Amino acid sequence: MGKYILKRILIALPVLIGITIIDYVIMCLAGSPLEMLQGPRVSEAAVEAKRIALGLDQPVYVQYFVWLGQLLHGNLGYSMKSYQSVSSLIGSHIGPTLLLMGVSLIVSLIMAVPAGIYSAIHQYSKGDYAVVTASFLGSSVPGFFLSLLLIYIFTVRLGWLPSGGMTTLGTEGGASDVARHMVMPVIVLAFSMAGSNIRYIRSAMLEILQQDYLRTARAKGIGRFRVINKHALRNALVPIITVIGMEIPVLFGGAVIIEQIFSWPGLGLMTMSAISNRDYPVIMGVCLLSAIVVLVANLITDILYALVDPTIQLD
Amino acid sequence: MKLNNMHKIFRKKSAMAVSVIEGYDAENDRTQKDISDESYWQTVFRRFKRHHLATVSLVVLGIIVLAALLAPVIAPYDPNDIAGPFAGAPSKDFWLGTDQIGRDVLSRLLYATRISLLVGVMATVISTVIGVILGLIAGYFGGVADMIIMRFTDMVMSFPYILLVLVAAAIFKPGLWNIILILGFVDWPGIARLVRGNVLNLRETNFVKGNIVAGMPLRHILFSEILPNTVAPILVYATSVLALSILDEAALSFLGQGVQPPTASLGNMLNGAQSLTVLTTQPWLWIPPGLLIVVVVMAINFIGDALRDALDPNSGR
Repeated sequence: MGKYILKRILIALPVLIGITIIDYVIMCLAGSPLEMLQGPRVSEAAVEAKRIALGLDQPVYVQYFVWLGQLLHGNLGYSMKSYQSVSSLIGSHIGPTLLLMGVSLIVSLIMAVPAGIYSAIHQYSKGDYAVVTASFLGSSVPGFFLSLLLIYIFTVRLGWLPSGGMTTLGTEGGASDVARHMVMPVIVLAFSMAGSNIRYIRSAMLEILQQDYLRTARAKGIGRFRVINKHALRNALVPIITVIGMEIPVLFGGAVIIEQIFSWPGLGLMTMSAISNRDYPVIMGVCLLSAIVVLVANLITDILYALVDPTIQLD
Repeated sequence: MKLNNMHKIFRKKSAMAVSVIEGYDAENDRTQKDISDESYWQTVFRRFKRHHLATVSLVVLGIIVLAALLAPVIAPYDPNDIAGPFAGAPSKDFWLGTDQIGRDVLSRLLYATRISLLVGVMATVISTVIGVILGLIAGYFGGVADMIIMRFTDMVMSFPYILLVLVAAAIFKPGLWNIILILGFVDWPGIARLVRGNVLNLRETNFVKGNIVAGMPLRHILFSEILPNTVAPILVYATSVLALSILDEAALSFLGQGVQPPTASLGNMLNGAQSLTVLTTQPWLWIPPGLLIVVVVMAINFIGDALRDALDPNSGR
């Protein structure tokens, strides 16, 4: 087991290094920081001096290693716009995003797991068709359109929920106020994730239901309820772990759009404003962070597989 | 009379038996192309028709595609011309109203569908070609090539998809062809993995081994033996890529990073709804394009699902 985990980590390392290289290359493609300096009042000599000061006169691979060294010290560079360090910017915006993502993940699982399992157990019934059709709707509705519809219905028409932000301006906020602001973004994120997850869990569950050990359990006559709850559900843990692993990158991407629409003050909103300002150090910092989070999530998924499913070959 | 019925039942049964055998044939040996190939697709079609939602979707999608293709003929106005009042509500002359600068929404919707479908189809074609080539190489040659390609796939997949697309759009200036290229070049890892997995399995089959032993040229083995046997899963996967590409184009254009006005796309027609006036008082500007995206994407997803079932040689139904 320890050997397996070590091996997975060793496979992940080159990918991690590759991610930093891709990230660095994109940042270089995006333009050099000297462009900001250029102007009629800046002399050639001053630009040249800055170039040497920033180490841009050195070969690209040297620059990459210098950047990587800084990265290992937690220095992601500085925003071109506000001159704050990228790591502190990320640090101050990550809280709301994690809150939003965590709650959405839980809500989508609460929707998808029972629906997927119900659908598999009652395959080809009316309920199954209803669930599958609803799940297709979930994965076909663009998040931003659903957001607009929700804002139109719940804010404009009914006036029940606030349309954006995290707390009501001019108030203390508090948990219930934040919760009210979270309702719509969470619904949108959870609904679109649940769509594909329901079908994934359904088909995984169908496969489990056809296994020999379940036939044996049924043949022993221990009853439908116990067969499903004792034997099938435990094995459904593997697809559920897969689903959580798959959702992490979707959550990061979805958060960018949803936070923009609902003005949720998180990483996504920060990234979108960095993109419209062409603030590349910030953009690439967020990209790097999310890629590493996804990589680690995949690694943990693989390790959890091995823990949950003893039949997975460890070599 | 009774005999006739018996005969029919027998024919039906034998047709089913044949279809099972053909599914098997298609899996193992598709080189002998004669009538068996034709009836394989007949089997597929018969199975597909059993999915009523997918059949309806096919018709709906067909109508939408036709309307989009015929946009220059059937659109009542020029999509970029100021034809009527500013932000006029739907009326007899303007069925879906006019936008803030007086362009006909229905005409723009028709042209927008054209653009969105174009982006979706082209992006899917590009990513499928890249994915198939990389997957074939990785799966067939294995070893170092496989390791490099698959690790690269892992890297690309680690970046959240929409974030990567947004960054690329910011660097390469948003625009129609740039969006197509960006979506195409970011979306291939899924197909590459799928093809690699299938090729790994096919390599172990006797007919491929036989070809290797017989000294058939590599090109023949890859493109005439292995590729035709992975077409079905690729096709199914491509439908989901198509659906995703259309959704992504819509999201990008909605954020102003995709297809740029005045060219209408389904996403950028919704862009206006970010303003409160449009959202609250002019629903005809944003609800039709939004609903059209939902209908198109849902139809594609239903068709893909039915195809998955119809093309699956192991599906007994």
